Amino acid sequence: MEKMVNVYFFGKKYSVPADLTIMTAMEYAGYTLKRGCGCRHGFCGACATIYRIKGKNELKTCLACQTQVEEGMYVASIPYFPTDKRTYEIEELKPDQRVMMELYPEIYSCIGCNACTNACTQNLNVMQYIAYAQRGDFERCAEESFDCIGCGCCSVRCPAGISHPMVGVLARRLTGKYIAPESAHLNKRVEEIHEGAYDSLIEQIMQKPITEMQELYNTREIEK
Amino acid sequence: MFTPEMMQSIQKVEATRPQRMGMEPRRMTADEKDALLKAYHPDYRADGFAEIKTGPNKGQKAPAELTQLLHANSRLLHTEIDITKNDYDVDVLVIGGGGAGASAAIEAHEAGASVMIATKLRLGDANTMMAEGGIQAADKENDSPVQHYLDAFGGGHFAARPELLRRLVMEAPDAIRWLNRLGVMFDKDAEGTMITTHGGGTSRKRMHACKDYSGAEIMRTLRDEVLNRKIPVAEFTAAVELLKDEKGQVAGAVLLNLETEDYLVARARTVVIATGGAGRLHYQGFPTSNHYGATADGLILGYRAGAPLLYQDTIQYHPTGVAYPSQIFGALVTEKVRSLGAMLVNAQGEAFMHPLETRDVAAASIIRECTDRGKGVTTPLGSGVWLDTPMIELLGGEGTIEKRIPAMLRMYLNYGIDMRRQPILVYPTLHYQNGGLEIGGDGFTKVIPNLLVAGEAVGGIHGRNRLMGNSLLDIIVFGRNAGKAAAARAQVTEPGSPNLDHIKAYAEELSAAGIASEDVSPLLLPKYARHER
Repeated sequence: MEKMVNVYFFGKKYSVPADLTIMTAMEYAGYTLKRGCGCRHGFCGACATIYRIKGKNELKTCLACQTQVEEGMYVASIPYFPTDKRTYEIEELKPDQRVMMELYPEIYSCIGCNACTNACTQNLNVMQYIAYAQRGDFERCAEESFDCIGCGCCSVRCPAGISHPMVGVLARRLTGKYIAPESAHLNKRVEEIHEGAYDSLIEQIMQKPITEMQELYNTREIEK
Repeated sequence: MFTPEMMQSIQKVEATRPQRMGMEPRRMTADEKDALLKAYHPDYRADGFAEIKTGPNKGQKAPAELTQLLHANSRLLHTEIDITKNDYDVDVLVIGGGGAGASAAIEAHEAGASVMIATKLRLGDANTMMAEGGIQAADKENDSPVQHYLDAFGGGHFAARPELLRRLVMEAPDAIRWLNRLGVMFDKDAEGTMITTHGGGTSRKRMHACKDYSGAEIMRTLRDEVLNRKIPVAEFTAAVELLKDEKGQVAGAVLLNLETEDYLVARARTVVIATGGAGRLHYQGFPTSNHYGATADGLILGYRAGAPLLYQDTIQYHPTGVAYPSQIFGALVTEKVRSLGAMLVNAQGEAFMHPLETRDVAAASIIRECTDRGKGVTTPLGSGVWLDTPMIELLGGEGTIEKRIPAMLRMYLNYGIDMRRQPILVYPTLHYQNGGLEIGGDGFTKVIPNLLVAGEAVGGIHGRNRLMGNSLLDIIVFGRNAGKAAAARAQVTEPGSPNLDHIKAYAEELSAAGIASEDVSPLLLPKYARHER
């Protein structure tokens, strides 16, 4: 007989196998998930969840797909949270400090409570990346926020109303587009193709009979 | 937390590691690979397939679960819908909110078309988000699009459609540049040179990456761009049938609001199917690395409207899915783990194959190790082989795993396994649908005017097996192309009056074939609730 635990989905008690995740436990209980379920492997942030263990004071945040159930777990999913994404034209921006001031001025209202960091389901130093954004240090903000999956648990807990994941996205786009060095070899190859340098070669290989292609493939040199 | 039996086997892996560090296992010959695939690859298991009895691919085989959906009934067969009311009226309707759909929408918008996205979950809820390892493009000095073509064509068993593969490889560098200019943060060195590695079956190091969040970084950037452009996105709104007109052209789609269960009519001059794959159909009972929404919906929509499938009988099983712990069973362990040097090792500590064979060969080889050879490691849900991850730290220096594959490290640490110190257990997982709807080199289906397909829903780009890094590439290349082509066609096409006649015709064909299904398709959501299983 498999070990069971009691969990409470939205306050209602269910007995579920102890080795399930919160997500699979909800399905075991009979839920057909629409919201609050995405990639199921920890990459998309759809299943932000808040819970408290009976008898304990602390509220915890997690991803339902990556968290095993525990006895006495009171669970509520957060299938949507009104984070505030500002719109902009990436081509018109410049990577200087004013960008954040104009688009996300509320980051300067951060009171340093660190609730965002404590809530992060990826264990990122969220308050630190917001601090980098305040200073206009987009590269470090991008690096520090890189593993963000946008579940929004940080924003749920923020007393200043900051939409942290959106700040991270902006910092990364500024970094990728404007701050990281251009790839000369990439630009060169795009131009070569554009000028038709490979047109006849690709036509030739497309026309080759299968037997010749097999020979070419099986004897091709593989870079070490 | 490994079991005592697993710990004993780990000792054998550790014992052989010093000697394995200095060697490269032999690659299989073409004949060895053929024999291996025929004996062990799931595509060769006849009982996993069933004959399609209706429609353009009548008489051909498809995975049994897909055939069942192709034989199922339309939701709209006995539902009265007023298709003259237009809840939406656009030039370009994109069905699907993943990488291909978002790319198509951005390019259609760029071309000046009115465009909308309908997606059954959220924008960005897609396999794209979960792609870890990278994206191929031949942009280095020692490489060329022709070399890329050769690798992909051979890796796909010489079955790719040349006109599709040509587009894939020739437009690859421009796709990378487009993403980079949108702000995608590729791994680069201080001079701007892309840090590239091998994938299984590549002959040049052309795998570009964004750590092991490559797809996530691409998807969140594309999503941000869609939102910046204020392209309308109908989330939790699934397409359930295509609309056609009296000329046989596609004319839009009937949508279903999944939350209110209301039907909506979207009129469109052109339609792009970008609905992704089918992992959640769990062919042959395999676990899957795919997204919750991967239920082959677009294939059903297109097929019922008359568009043929191509290579619907070939499926990619990613060789390295999680075999243990059970909570993440089937989750993807990126091929990049092997690109960085980890070997595949059996329960006895033997490196039984070269770690960078193509995916189909690697999957078959692992299945052989765990079945006939009896050298797998037993797990609660089956068996697996070791992926010797500590080798990565020995080869690349301490800290390599945290820097290059942080998502993998995090996923295992959640369950008390430190892949820097201990190897991990893997077994093949259902990963990718090689086949799909057939298109021409221009991105349009050949039989339904104004209907395009992009991304995983397409068949023929890769042939009968796909190389790592060519799927992130194909969603961008074919997504962008579809958006541009759809916008251009929308300007010149002359729409007729929409109808759903093809649904009745298909139902009659089913009935004539003696099929009386109780099922409804497209599936939309997998049946995971306990009472539905």
